[in-house]
Amino acid sequence: MQFKLGLAQIGAVLGDMQTNLQKHLEVIEQARTQDVDLLCFPELSLTGYNLQDLSYEVATRPTRDNPIFKPLYEASRSLDLVVGFVDTDSRHRFYIAAAYLSSGELLHVHHKVYLPTYSLFDEGRYFAQGDDVRAFDTRFGRVGLLICEDFWHASPPYLLWLDGADILLCMSASPGRGLDQHEKLASARWVERVTQAYAGLFTCFVAHANRVGFEDGFIFWGGSLVYDPDGELIAQSPPMEEHLLIVTIDMRHLRRTRSRLPLLRDERAALTARTLARILGETSTPEVRKGADHDG
Amino acid sequence: MTASHILEQMRINTDLARCALVAFIRNEVTRTGFRRAVIGLSGGVDSSLVAYLTAEALGAENVLGIRMPYRTSSQDSLNHAMQVIETLGIQHDTVDITPMVEPLFERFPDITDLRRGNVMARQRMIVLYDRSAAFGGLVIGTSNKTETLLGYTTLFGDNAAALHPIGDLYKCQVRQLARAIGVPEEIVRKPPSADLWAGQTDEGELGYTYDEADQVLYLLVDKRYTFDEAVEAGLPRPLVEKVWRTVRTTQYKRRSPIIAKLSQRTVGHDFLYLRDWGT
Repeated sequence: MQFKLGLAQIGAVLGDMQTNLQKHLEVIEQARTQDVDLLCFPELSLTGYNLQDLSYEVATRPTRDNPIFKPLYEASRSLDLVVGFVDTDSRHRFYIAAAYLSSGELLHVHHKVYLPTYSLFDEGRYFAQGDDVRAFDTRFGRVGLLICEDFWHASPPYLLWLDGADILLCMSASPGRGLDQHEKLASARWVERVTQAYAGLFTCFVAHANRVGFEDGFIFWGGSLVYDPDGELIAQSPPMEEHLLIVTIDMRHLRRTRSRLPLLRDERAALTARTLARILGETSTPEVRKGADHDG
Repeated sequence: MTASHILEQMRINTDLARCALVAFIRNEVTRTGFRRAVIGLSGGVDSSLVAYLTAEALGAENVLGIRMPYRTSSQDSLNHAMQVIETLGIQHDTVDITPMVEPLFERFPDITDLRRGNVMARQRMIVLYDRSAAFGGLVIGTSNKTETLLGYTTLFGDNAAALHPIGDLYKCQVRQLARAIGVPEEIVRKPPSADLWAGQTDEGELGYTYDEADQVLYLLVDKRYTFDEAVEAGLPRPLVEKVWRTVRTTQYKRRSPIIAKLSQRTVGHDFLYLRDWGT
């Protein structure tokens, strides 16, 4: 089974969903004419990233009758789409979210589970934490969605792997930081290292769609990329410019890698679960429990 | 006496910095409907570098470099600024601020050098903003990270601008990027001076060199060292303490004027939107 994966490395106009939607539709059309089967946009692609008080104003539900989502549902009849937006629930909690649309249906919504609230980030001030990490079936195989900080932590990719995901789609709006003598910013190098490590450790495909553009001095570096199940780079977008990266994903690669390297076969999820239960249980030290309780 | 290995660590990839800053200037100027920019050219390395970056971002014809001498300004400064103007082929103007500030100095005969310097810096700001309105461009600032952290600026004077492209580069990094981008060596090497009075140098006024301040600030700010760790890394404790005292006492220069919170929602406190909102 082969399919064409597209990563839409684009910018966004902060808080202007209509303009951003038009941009999405343009890139979708471009991807459609190049026979892309699955097109993934960056984090908060429909809204822009550093929303602050705009978070509440752009919050929406990914329903079929929503004027922003309606054309995306339509477009998903031609190719599967992953878009970033601010979701809200019936009790007015707001989430950084990604929606997977396919054949005119909403297949999955992921709420970002880790909200960076340190250094230049202030997501926890505005957004609620997602509380579910779940892989889901698509016409290409089982997929897991991760939004930026979700994959700065090892557990969400690990859980998605155990939940059957063979394709990890990572979406970021990552402000560049850490200029030194290297050719790439420290933040870019870090993200490349960990996403590459996940591909190798989990013998799966890992794609990272990162945005470009500027928001009040934040510089989004781009450099979207795809790693194969051997942890090798398949292709990468150039830094700091809009780009549509298209790669052919050959799902047969999974069999070849996993025949050689049966990390998935040998993974002891039950051992992990038992150990976690012990660590989180009464016998654990207060420091560990404190960390574990953090999740509420 | 400082540790040169820290300066070595502070070296940057100039290709990456240039690419990011040129794109930043282009984006932030054009996203609000402008395509032109105005820069005050002192003949020093900061404003020269910003002129190079801005000319690359917007095209030389869209950049207006303005020299704003006072009667005591050094001829070298004027010549260096003209060298940048001619090399880049940007538009230029020279506005002598002497007749604008002298009446104020005459009105207050006991005025100090510091106050005179601040008046001149603010007068230059007035000229730049007026010219920017006539030219239809944004004022591009030339403050670097070292002087920003040390508060070595005049509030609402030289720190007044739409953008500070080099505001996250220490002085040694400014020099490195300036060299890489082709700013004449003579400009890069000369002692930094606000040129507010004859013979003034930044380092003479500060009491330490920019290299010394850069190293302290880099370790404490960027690398989050404690004082003890900075001393262990080779920096003299009195220097570390002196630089950090300056940072603390000049914090007000890095913040907008504060608003007393009375209502449920207050600008700056909990009415929070980026400047780039909707653009």
